[in-house]
Amino acid sequence: MAKKDGGIAFNLISHQKLEHLSSSDKLKYILNEVKEGRILVLEHGLTPTEQAKLIEHTMKEINHDTFIGIEIGGYENEKVGFFQRVFGVAKKPRMTVIGPAHLLKMVHKDNDMIETTIIPGKGAS
Amino acid sequence: MGILERFRESKFSKMIKKVFGKSHAKIGIYGPPNVGKTTLANRILRDWTGDIMGSVSEVPHETRRAKWKNNIRINNGGSSLTMDLVDTPGIATKIDFKEFMNMYGMDKDASRMRAKEATEGVIEAIRWLDDIDGVVLVMDATQDPFTQVNVTIIGNLEARNLPILIAANKIDAENASPATLKSAFPQHPVIPISALTGYNTENLYTMMVKEFGKKRHKKRR
Repeated sequence: MAKKDGGIAFNLISHQKLEHLSSSDKLKYILNEVKEGRILVLEHGLTPTEQAKLIEHTMKEINHDTFIGIEIGGYENEKVGFFQRVFGVAKKPRMTVIGPAHLLKMVHKDNDMIETTIIPGKGAS
Repeated sequence: MGILERFRESKFSKMIKKVFGKSHAKIGIYGPPNVGKTTLANRILRDWTGDIMGSVSEVPHETRRAKWKNNIRINNGGSSLTMDLVDTPGIATKIDFKEFMNMYGMDKDASRMRAKEATEGVIEAIRWLDDIDGVVLVMDATQDPFTQVNVTIIGNLEARNLPILIAANKIDAENASPATLKSAFPQHPVIPISALTGYNTENLYTMMVKEFGKKRHKKRR
């Protein structure tokens, strides 16, 4: 499992980077990054369908000695008003943090904040 | 057979149900591991058929394959719902076999096997989402409700326009807080229950007949 020298890679991903990818390519990119030991913060997260697919793909990738799965925390899609719906404005997934479960731990989440912690001792190479 | 019973079984009654609502639905019991899904499935079956669904354990991922029973009829006053009930494996985003060893004293081989089967169970549970008409989402009323698994399941069901009932389970525990669940998911009915003791399950059955009997246009993904 790749680790950066002396620390943990923590990448903030703009929505432009992912928006041109298909769902399948997006999930492949995310899972590859996470398996490499990187923690990602997505500006626009994943749709519920993509989240379920990501969990499904993660289960297939679990190797009990090197990859135990992912930690993920995000918010529901932002609500779209009546007039926005009329004009075809789609619901957008909101910010999401995803990381390898051996490095990232969700501490608390509520409507306004996602609190995480990095598991000590796991980042050093 | 009484007049009322004869009416319920009649073609006219079936036609009315076809127009105004579902009389037969496939209902999934979903949730993270160890929230009491199988305990609830057993409770429903015991109350309405005298049967049980499967074994329960304090070790997570006891149910690693989906199990189901067909044609369970729940009555509520003058209404009823006939359902096929699916007890799904707990959905998780991570499975570490060492937890089974360190926290529950299982040996290494058994732990690895359980973890492998659990990953397959999660995939199976997610795939069942395509084939159900409604969900009882079981949450542990003593735990933080904002887990990604809960959010993901709810998001998927909302996208499919499927009805959700949230069963706030383990209400008999001292630190249970069903109010937290209600405020976390105000858009869906939350019913505090104890699947273990049967507390308030009558209310859950009333809501199941009401919510799962409604006619809806399911969106395919």
